[in-house]
Amino acid sequence: MDFFQLLVSGIANGCVYGLIALGFVMIYKATEAVNFAQGDFMMLGAFVMIGFGNSGYWGLPFGVAIVLTLVVMGALGYLIDRLLLRRVAGESQTAIIILTIALGFVMRFIAGIIWGHSPQSLENPLAGQELRLAGITLGMEDVAVILVTVALTVGLFFFFGRTKLGLAMQAASQNQLAAYYMGIPVKRVQGFIWALSGVVAGIAGILFATKGSVDPTTGLIGIKAFAAAVIGGFGSLPGALLGGLVIGIIEPFASRYMPAGYSQIAPYALLLIVLVFRPSGLFSQLRNKKV
Amino acid sequence: MSLLEFENVTLKFGGVIAVNDLSFNVEKGEVFALVGPNGAGKSTAFNLISRFYEPSAGRIHFDGHDLLAHKPSEVATLGVARTFQNNELFDHSTVLQNLLIGRHRHRKTNFLAEIFFSPSVRKQELQNRHMVEEIIDFLDLQPYRDKMIAGLPYGVRKVVELARALATGPKILMLDEPASGLSVEETTDMRWWIDDIRRQMGITILMVEHDMGLVSSVCDRVLALANGAKLAEGTPEQVQTNPAVIEAYLGGAA
Amino acid sequence: MRVHFKTSYEQDIRFFEDRWTLFLYASLVILAFVLPYIIDDFYLGEMTNVLIWAVAGLGLMLLTGHTGQASLGHAAFLAMGCYAYHILVKYGVTFIIAFPLAGIITGVVGMFIAIPALRLRGIYLAIATMAMSILVDDIIVLTAPWSGGVSGMFSDPLNLYWIQIDRWGTPVAFYYVVLVVVILVTLGYANILRSPTGRSFVAVRDSEVSAQAMGVDIAKTKMLSFALSCGITGLAGALMGMFSGVFNNETFSVVISVQLLMMIVIGGLGSIHGAFFGAIVIGFLPQFLSISKGWVGDVIGGSAVAIPGLEFGVFGMILIAFILFEPAGIYGRWFKIRTWLELFPFYRKGMFKRQKSFLKTERLQ
Repeated sequence: MDFFQLLVSGIANGCVYGLIALGFVMIYKATEAVNFAQGDFMMLGAFVMIGFGNSGYWGLPFGVAIVLTLVVMGALGYLIDRLLLRRVAGESQTAIIILTIALGFVMRFIAGIIWGHSPQSLENPLAGQELRLAGITLGMEDVAVILVTVALTVGLFFFFGRTKLGLAMQAASQNQLAAYYMGIPVKRVQGFIWALSGVVAGIAGILFATKGSVDPTTGLIGIKAFAAAVIGGFGSLPGALLGGLVIGIIEPFASRYMPAGYSQIAPYALLLIVLVFRPSGLFSQLRNKKV
Repeated sequence: MSLLEFENVTLKFGGVIAVNDLSFNVEKGEVFALVGPNGAGKSTAFNLISRFYEPSAGRIHFDGHDLLAHKPSEVATLGVARTFQNNELFDHSTVLQNLLIGRHRHRKTNFLAEIFFSPSVRKQELQNRHMVEEIIDFLDLQPYRDKMIAGLPYGVRKVVELARALATGPKILMLDEPASGLSVEETTDMRWWIDDIRRQMGITILMVEHDMGLVSSVCDRVLALANGAKLAEGTPEQVQTNPAVIEAYLGGAA
Repeated sequence: MRVHFKTSYEQDIRFFEDRWTLFLYASLVILAFVLPYIIDDFYLGEMTNVLIWAVAGLGLMLLTGHTGQASLGHAAFLAMGCYAYHILVKYGVTFIIAFPLAGIITGVVGMFIAIPALRLRGIYLAIATMAMSILVDDIIVLTAPWSGGVSGMFSDPLNLYWIQIDRWGTPVAFYYVVLVVVILVTLGYANILRSPTGRSFVAVRDSEVSAQAMGVDIAKTKMLSFALSCGITGLAGALMGMFSGVFNNETFSVVISVQLLMMIVIGGLGSIHGAFFGAIVIGFLPQFLSISKGWVGDVIGGSAVAIPGLEFGVFGMILIAFILFEPAGIYGRWFKIRTWLELFPFYRKGMFKRQKSFLKTERLQ
């Protein structure tokens, strides 16, 4: 049963990576920018939740705290677009990469000032509960993470593919000027997407904090989420989740079955292999420029 | 033998046929124009010559070389220069630097000599500047010599692109819509320049153009395309009065 | 306002457009040479650090600033240069051979890494190089028999024929070694920029399609750019190892890669000056912060409180400010101020106005 335990914990971890990757992919789809601070965004979401919900801080009821966290994170996402990203539209990709990395630094700094640098975890009703299924014991937290992630991915997938707003977002990313001419409110659409990605980061943060402890450097797992997004192909939402699962599952198995020293490089090695053989991910969307 | 030969060239993108069994020859010293409605495959023909696309069938010969056996970067080395429909200049460089890149195919030094800026590199650089300066003179670009491309008006950029193509010292010059977006005066200038390039420099010109006034005033022969296939070929008048061409343009209304 | 009447092509390829600029740069070099007699050993050490960072910055600038390939993994090449040099020295190779050789080894490795990287653009290249940088840590641990792994390696004093030079024992001599390296690398860099190679790099950066049509071989150009960039970075890595005296798998972490890229953005992408300006910011920011912390402590009457992450927090804010208000970096700002002074009082407001550009994807869906 050891195998299943590893598998489930891998899947649960993978879901968190997948959720962060969803954030990258959404923003990339709609604005062609890549948010290197998405991991730190998640870290901030976790801390905001702890700040609202934990008895050491405000100690609000669990449900209220969740709603407040998502509102705060959504607003934060919108503000980041409004105050920063909107002003650098059309700058080089390097500038946008640097901007979001710098944003991550600032978020880590601010989180450190507000919540301190020692690891904290979220007090939650699921803590310690277990689910027994056919002889396998699963942590309730893990089950919750998996269910929420799948529901969210499915919801977002349909939102992007089927609704008018979702399609408008894709149009806005592919040709801003043409989208303007077609009467799509490009700026509002982008602001909305950033807010949405803030909410997703908030959900990822809450899930992460129920599973383990958070400190200001937690956001660095965003790098693994990157690997996930790339493996899944940067433009695909289900791909992002799939990539997250691949990374999440590889990790516990690598550390169990591979010699020490090799196990932690497995996700990055996989990322490089994918990039070398399928340069733009498994679901490629890049073509050569037309002249 | 002709300078440029298209032999039964076909290009398919998936199920779409962009160029269909196209054959034509461009003779040395002439001005040859490709005309046709949007999507007829004119720019695609250019991109085939530049080796940006791999034809599905057929052969392209230039000056006795099988072009399909060469890499895109070697096409320029053989003596083919081109401009682009929507300017593709090096935006964060000056006009002078853009033109100097045109001299790249004549480069004889390697990067080791260049790190030390050896006398041979110095000599080559002086010579490059001499060549480029003549083109700047020829196209009246002196006022913009040290200006960044990013700040120049559209019309001037168009001329800089022409200058950069000339700087390569080509045997054939491919102009992709040289007059699009230009004012009437600028178009007139362009017309005289094309004439001068052909007469004074003896460079063969292949162009894609929608402005029939320009085409009939500078071109020797015209090839009309529709849906990637040849419609008519001949002098500008012959092509303009060809019923098939009129129908392709006016959709059968005439 | 200075007007340059050029009467020969020779004038056009000179480094300095007139005697005044020549005089300025000459004074700067002379100042650099007499610096050890002006400032004390502590600040000389800081200055040495800045110069080493400047070399690393020049390395990355060549690739990112001039060839347009963003790398978030250049710490890997710092590490490679550092280990290559120190392992060569361990086997008895003398500095004068081992140092350039370390650069060449790193350059060659960089060139081979460029082959798969050729297929990657923009964001994918940044992520791939970042992953590579993360892997370096583990590779150093796995190759512990040569690299010393977690316990690290010590840098022996370097032997330059008749004298022994080391960072702590003879800081002045070490400073001069670094200064000479900086000057040589800068000269080589400037020569590259005024030659066909440099122009082909810029061509690839600005328009690959067009570069190809001008006869520039994209693959070869990128490989050469990687090779030269990594070579220079390798030299900087070797110097960093000597400077810190001891280093291990964590010395050249991915954070250093990120810092290096940020440094050249702050300094100004696409200019030699930018690498130096950026290095000054990176080098002196910790000093500045500790001084200002002490100062704040004195004013409010408390002791200086150590705030973890402060350095990166402030650094992040500076970067954000730069990208929002001066994307051309310190060099860009300096250039504007200079133009303003030269044209006074004829400067027009819109002279450096950026063109509004719209995002257009290269994706097809």
